[in-house]
Amino acid sequence: MTPPRAMALGLLSCHACGLMCRDPEHGQARDETQATLQHCPRCGAAMESRKRGSLTRTWAYLIAAAILYIPANALPIMRTAKLTTGTEEDTILSGVEALWTAGAWDLALIVLVASIVVPVTKILVLSALALSVQRHARWQPRLRTRLYRIVERIGHWSMLDLFVAALLTALVRFHSLGQIEILPGAIAFGAVVVLTMLSAQSFDPRLIWDVEGAGMDTHDNDSP
Amino acid sequence: MWFSFGRDHCLTFSRNSTFGKPLQKRESMRSTLTACEFCDSVYRLPTLAAKQMAHCTRCGAVLHRGTALDLEALLALTLAALAAFIVANAYPVVIVDLNGIENESRLWDAIHYTWTVGIAPVAVLAAACSLLFPLAQILLMLWLLVPLLRGRRPRGFIGIMHVLRVMRPWSMVEVFVLGAIVSVAKLTDVMQTAPGTGLWAFAALSVLLTVVNGYDLRRLWDLAPQESAA
Repeated sequence: MTPPRAMALGLLSCHACGLMCRDPEHGQARDETQATLQHCPRCGAAMESRKRGSLTRTWAYLIAAAILYIPANALPIMRTAKLTTGTEEDTILSGVEALWTAGAWDLALIVLVASIVVPVTKILVLSALALSVQRHARWQPRLRTRLYRIVERIGHWSMLDLFVAALLTALVRFHSLGQIEILPGAIAFGAVVVLTMLSAQSFDPRLIWDVEGAGMDTHDNDSP
Repeated sequence: MWFSFGRDHCLTFSRNSTFGKPLQKRESMRSTLTACEFCDSVYRLPTLAAKQMAHCTRCGAVLHRGTALDLEALLALTLAALAAFIVANAYPVVIVDLNGIENESRLWDAIHYTWTVGIAPVAVLAAACSLLFPLAQILLMLWLLVPLLRGRRPRGFIGIMHVLRVMRPWSMVEVFVLGAIVSVAKLTDVMQTAPGTGLWAFAALSVLLTVVNGYDLRRLWDLAPQESAA
C-alpha cells in the first residue's frame, strides 16, 4: 500500500529538526504571498510544506552556474613556470590530459569525473528535474527522486581541483627552479561548484510527487 | 537490510484523530512520526536495531537508520576527530624534494599561499570547506555532547543545531584528502614527493567525520531535555 502524504493529512514536517506538526492553514485557500509563516515550536525554523520559491531559486543558481561554467573551463586555473621548459598554463581539461599522458590514467579519470563529469551532470540533471516539475511530468517519479539524491550527494567532489591547485601552489615555489601559480579561472570554477550545490539544495524533490497521479503506475512493482 | 512497512506502521487518521498540538508535547509520538524528506510520505517509525534501515516505500529513500552509536560513543569519536584534526594541521600533508631543495606544505600553507598570490576567493573557499567547517563541527558537537551526557540542555542548543545542519554539506575533508593524493601524483614525474604525516591524519579525520556526520542530528533534537526544565 502507498503511505499517505503529509500535505494531504494537513501535517507539516520541520525541514530543520523533523518535528511533525498540524498545519493550521490546512484546507484553506493557499496563497503563497498571504500565508502567515509558521514557526517550528521546537527549533524555531520557518515551517513550510514545500521549500519557498524552490523552482525560481533552483533556476537562478543553475543559470548562473551554467554561465560561469564557460570561463571555468576556458580560462587556465594554473600556471607552471619551469626553468627548463618555460611557462605553461593549464585549464581543467588540459590538467586531466597531462595526468593521462604522464601515465596516471586512474588519477586522470578521478579528476575528469570530479571536475568535468560531475558539474555537467549536475547542471543537466537539475535542469531536467526542474523542467519536469514545471511541466507536471508523471514520468518515473521514483527514478527522478533517485537522480536528485545522487546529484545532491556527489556535488562537493568537484572541489577536488581547487584543493589540488592550492596545494601545488604552496608546494612548488622554488623561485628560481620552478613555480606553480593558481590563476583567476579557479574563481569561476569554485563559483560553479558552490552555485550547483546551492541549486541542488534549493530544489524540492517533493514537488516531483505533487503532480496528481505521479507514480500511480510504479508504486507497487519495484519494492523488493 | 530492507525494511518494508506494513499497514500498521503507516499513519491512519482513526488512531491519531486528536492531532491539534505539536506532537512534541506528547512523549510517545515524538519521534515515531516522520515524513520522507524526498516525497512527503508519512510513516510511523519502528525502533531500528544497528545496521537496520527503513526505506520509504514511495520513493525508496532512506527514512531512518538504526545506529549502534550512543552519545558516549559519539563523544569518543568526536574527541578522536579533534585529535586527528590537530595532528593533520600540525604536520605537512605533502613533502617534495627537488634536487636537494626540500619543501613541504601543511593545509594552512596551501591556503596561505593561495591567498598571497591573489586568488583570495579560492583561499577562503578552501579554508572554509577543509579547515573552518570541520573544526567548527567538531567543537560544536563537543559543546552539545558533554551537557547532553549529563542530562542537561546545552547552552545555545537550538542555534548550534541549526549551524551544524547548514554546515554539514560544506565540510569536505575527504575531498581534500583525495586532492592531496592527486597532488603527490602530479609532481612525482618532476620531483621526489612523499605523503606527510598530515595526510595520514587527514585520512583518519575524514573517516571519523564521516561516522560522526552519519549520526542523524534529529536524534539529538529528541534527546535534548526541554528548556523549561533548566
